Amino acid sequence: MAAYNVNGTEFEHDEEGYILDVNQWNEDLAKVIAVDEGLDMTDEHWEVVNFLREYYNEYQIAPAVRVLVKAIKKKFGADKGSNKYLYELFPYGPAKQACKIAGLPKPTGCV
Amino acid sequence: MLHTVNKSPFERTSLDTCLRLAKKGSAILLIEDGVIAAVKGTAESAKIEGAVGNHPIYVLGPDLKARALPEDQVIDGVKVVDYAGFVDLAEEHGAHNAWL
Amino acid sequence: MAEYEFDTEGVKKTFTFMNRKAPYGTVYALEVLETVLISAAFEQHANIVFVDDGVYQLKAGHDTADIGMKNFSPTFGIIEMEKEDADEDEDIDMVWRILVEKESMEARGLSEDDFKVDIEVVTAAELADIVDASDCVIGG
Repeated sequence: MAAYNVNGTEFEHDEEGYILDVNQWNEDLAKVIAVDEGLDMTDEHWEVVNFLREYYNEYQIAPAVRVLVKAIKKKFGADKGSNKYLYELFPYGPAKQACKIAGLPKPTGCV
Repeated sequence: MLHTVNKSPFERTSLDTCLRLAKKGSAILLIEDGVIAAVKGTAESAKIEGAVGNHPIYVLGPDLKARALPEDQVIDGVKVVDYAGFVDLAEEHGAHNAWL
Repeated sequence: MAEYEFDTEGVKKTFTFMNRKAPYGTVYALEVLETVLISAAFEQHANIVFVDDGVYQLKAGHDTADIGMKNFSPTFGIIEMEKEDADEDEDIDMVWRILVEKESMEARGLSEDDFKVDIEVVTAAELADIVDASDCVIGG
């Protein structure tokens, strides 16, 4: 099983790079996954990642993209509440890339 | 609305719940193991016997035949239909509610 | 593959999701829940109904740690949140109702206080009218 290596600690992930145990996640690991994804984590990226983690902790499931858009809009203002904004931050899709960095399981179907 | 029930009344509560929640006058079609409810002289026959006055009730012939349940043992007032009849019922009654 | 065009602009229908199975023993409960969540994207009216053993899906205090399955009880909070959003936001034309059949609830010795989300209790007769008036019923 492949794993991310963060300062000597191994974090197992599946063939697509999603970590196997959501509870193992930490910010250093998120940074390592982001590098793998070719992303430079800015405050804006962290806003989305932290929102995903909070949502997952509460509901045990990743949000649908439209829920994510709506919630980001509510929390961080209208200029950030769009698909376009999220895709600028996460070019391969907020659901896939941001969830992976947030340590969440791969979203199933369209949620 | 067309209600279908595909479970035996001896095994599941699907028929009971269907009869409790189907609006009077809406059609009920018994299919698959649900056809067992349409047979006379069983410990569960009273359910359909009591419902024929409130709903048009149908039973799918091919499912009776497959289970060796003769059409002449079907409860009075229940109509036997074939697959074409099933299609007609679906078309005629609009929304479909499958009690699983 | 054939191409289809769907003109859904302005289409508004009422969906009834009929939850009749206890959680964890079979996959029905989780499948219906996922369908409800997906359908929220289309902003349609929905009745999320719990009858028979389905009422156990809403009981507060699920703990699945020892059966090695995911506890999907917290996910029902999303339904509650979507409903509240739709109720509060005038721009969203979407009415969601979370309904429990009185007869099923009482037959299992449960009361409104046992559930983890706010629900409406309706009688079988009231529910029959609600179900009959919906455009699409998804059972499970």
